[in-house]
Amino acid sequence: MEKINRHLMPSQEPEVRRNNFKEVALGYTDEIAYAEAQRCLNCKNPQCVQGCPVNVNIPGFISKIKEKDLDGAATILEQDNNLAAICGRVCPQERQCESLCIRGKLEGPVAIGNLERYVADYALNNITSNIKSDEFKDRKVAVIGSGPASLTCAANLAMKGVKVTVYEALHKAGGVLVYGIPEFRLPKDLVQKVIDRVTALGVDIKLNVVVGKSIYIDELLEENDAVFIGTGAGLPQFLRCEGENLAGVYSANEYLTRVNLMKAYDKSSITPVKRGKKVVVVGAGNVAMDAARTAVRLGGEVHLVYRRSRQEMPARAEEIHHAEEEGVIFDILTNPIRIFGENGNVTGMTCVKMELGEPDASGRRSPIPVEGSEFDIQADQVIVALGTSPNPIIKNSYPALKFTPKGTIEADAETGETNIKNLYAGGDAQTGAATVILAMGAGKRAAKAMLDSFTK
Amino acid sequence: MKDYEIVNKRDLASNVVEYNIYAPYISKHCLAGQFIILRVDAEGERVPFTICDYSRENGTVCILVQTIGYSTLKLSKMQIGDALHDVVGPLGNPTDLSKYESVLLVGGGIGLAVIYPQAKQLKAEGKKVDVAIGARNISLLMYVDEFKQSSDNLYLITDDGSNGKKGFVTDVIKELVDGGKKYDAVFAVGPLPMMRAVCNLTKEYNIETIVSMNSIMVDGTGMCGCCRLSVGGKTKYACIDGPEFDGHQVDWDEAIARGKVYKEEEQEHLCNLRREYGEDK
Ligand SMILES: Cc1cc2nc3c(=O)[nH]c(=O)nc-3n(C[C@H](O)[C@H](O)[C@H](O)COP(=O)(O)OP(=O)(O)OC[C@H]3O[C@@H](n4cnc5c(N)ncnc54)[C@H](O)[C@@H]3O)c2cc1C
Ligand SMILES: Cc1cc2nc3c(=O)[nH]c(=O)nc-3n(C[C@H](O)[C@H](O)[C@H](O)COP(=O)(O)OP(=O)(O)OC[C@H]3O[C@@H](n4cnc5c(N)ncnc54)[C@H](O)[C@@H]3O)c2cc1C
Ligand code: FES
Repeated sequence: MEKINRHLMPSQEPEVRRNNFKEVALGYTDEIAYAEAQRCLNCKNPQCVQGCPVNVNIPGFISKIKEKDLDGAATILEQDNNLAAICGRVCPQERQCESLCIRGKLEGPVAIGNLERYVADYALNNITSNIKSDEFKDRKVAVIGSGPASLTCAANLAMKGVKVTVYEALHKAGGVLVYGIPEFRLPKDLVQKVIDRVTALGVDIKLNVVVGKSIYIDELLEENDAVFIGTGAGLPQFLRCEGENLAGVYSANEYLTRVNLMKAYDKSSITPVKRGKKVVVVGAGNVAMDAARTAVRLGGEVHLVYRRSRQEMPARAEEIHHAEEEGVIFDILTNPIRIFGENGNVTGMTCVKMELGEPDASGRRSPIPVEGSEFDIQADQVIVALGTSPNPIIKNSYPALKFTPKGTIEADAETGETNIKNLYAGGDAQTGAATVILAMGAGKRAAKAMLDSFTK
Repeated sequence: MKDYEIVNKRDLASNVVEYNIYAPYISKHCLAGQFIILRVDAEGERVPFTICDYSRENGTVCILVQTIGYSTLKLSKMQIGDALHDVVGPLGNPTDLSKYESVLLVGGGIGLAVIYPQAKQLKAEGKKVDVAIGARNISLLMYVDEFKQSSDNLYLITDDGSNGKKGFVTDVIKELVDGGKKYDAVFAVGPLPMMRAVCNLTKEYNIETIVSMNSIMVDGTGMCGCCRLSVGGKTKYACIDGPEFDGHQVDWDEAIARGKVYKEEEQEHLCNLRREYGEDK
């Protein structure tokens, strides 16, 4: 095997991108993509495919890049993934496909994510046709929410001719892709293009409809052959400590929604956001990194407080790396215990130092407070990114549906079927906060289960 | 009819406008106590307003809006036949007054929008309902005829005495209760300082008091946590746990501080818009 190093993703320089909201990763050029594709060994028994939650035919589409047949590459890729332009940008590849690449042990795995993005971007800009049959043209399905789970479910059904209506609570479709993940990581024009593809299949998206409030699940079940719930896990958790409701303490969801969905990064936006001078972000997942990097761009000195060590940070490797490059200061092994303020406004936070003990249920070493190590950090803004749980609106409005004690919907992991006939669920609403690709996979499997039930 | 079309609009008092909006998804299921969130145009902020009335047949909801800032000023320039960009709802929980036989509704300023449907409902159910409404001055009093029809007794009071009595709604409550009136509950809605004053008083009298919190909101569906407040030491979301809460349990200082977060930005936006409209003096 010839040694060729992995090709780096061309990116905006940290000093430049700290001051703008444009996409950080610029994408491979044709030359780089072609050269990177050569690194794929086209293994007989490709491990990478096993590592992909939706089993994209990775060697298949990469060999088409080698042949410079991008239409062919796109056809193979989109058979398994109709959100590839998004997944190429946000999937934790280092823990999925790329973690199993044979090359990984030597000079770094094939940059599968970067190649996926390259092909998908080409397809978005150059290919319009969409495979569509009218096999199920007499069937109707309602889809609740418009995040990746719902969009995938809707697209897979519409491709078979099903009449699909999507109901979204917000004024814009896309779920976390539009309100959560920032522009500099996932441009909103791109998300819109992906959504336009779904509507081009005949999917009708009704915005500003909160199911459980504006319309009830019973009504949807009556009017449709099946219903899919993809309402995500959007309810933010707070610290449950003193001072968490002081003015200036935000959930990451609020902070990011103001900046992304409501465009508050633009000073002329009518929806305001506070531009903290010294900002403390609590947490170390993708959400925390997004909040921290956004706060850098809004001009703050940003500290990220995390109770475990760098190794345990749940965010994608690339986000951690980018955050650090952009000047986010990591205060690891540090846990907030109290937020304090003056006149109702936050002025800082008391933290305690932590050390790592025995591995806990998650297999990670559990953090233990170091006695007497309390100290204060000054801050005029605190952003809490400690995870989210499913929104209770569906639960409260539809008691017949079974939920787990955690508040997630009980649904068959394979088909998405719930305890109610013709009612399916998937994505974060079923799993709790997870990833785009897992949500997508769930939407796809539910669509398949629905189609199967239509032929029975 | 276009979605979110303004089918009717009228001035009620100085700076208060009533809008009827075509929104069949909302009018179909909404109940007293719930609210909507609207955006005037594509760049607009999401702003919440209480559903003051509705017509299931016509598919419309009615809101009373006090023109005080950027979005409400922009809204006030919209004409009958124009459509808003987005309207979502009904959000929040309906009021539950079923356990009370005798209620005193207290409204300050724009809080009348919230207590009007309550009055109508209580009256229709044949329950005892007194209404006390307060305003800074006579030009801000509104819905007087409507309230007369939907209450057993109506008490008007203005800060400057320009109509009816001079004083505050708390003075009315004191007089009524000291005079021997018995209420199962007081339902108070208005500016935060007014609600706080009412709660401080009714706590002394040991009368259960419900308030409707107008926290700053973004989504109104429980996704952002912006609307949170402390009630009895626990964090609650005004949009999905409320907007109505036990007023004796609310942390008022905190709610008032959270309401002021964007004062500077709001002022700046309003000044810019006034300049644009040529209304700056
Ligand atoms: C800031 C942030 C960064 C992230 N970064 C990554 C990343 O880098 N990589 C990755 O793989 N994952 C990432 N994730 C996680 C990922 O975005 C989610 O796992 C994924 O979006 C879940 O998809 P979903 O379709 O289940 O739900 P969502 O995307 O949450 O969409 C649910 C939709 O349903 C709507 N809805 C809710 N209730 C109702 C109702 N009652 N009626 C109508 N509509 C309703 C919501 O408004 C929303 O639009 C991130 C998440 C966040 C918040
Ligand atoms: C559940 C609820 C019901 C309400 N019902 C009514 C009603 O029936 N009639 C009425 O006139 N007003 C009502 N309000 C208040 C109304 O939403 C605000 O007056 C409006 O948002 C002001 O917007 P603005 O841009 O014109 O003013 P701004 O200059 O932006 O703000 C003026 C004031 O409104 C508050 N405010 C600003 N933005 C928001 C927001 N997004 N959410 C909540 N408050 C905000 C601010 O704290 C400030 O004190 C209600 C608020 C809530 C939360
Ligand atoms: S307004 Fe966002 S959670 Fe209540």
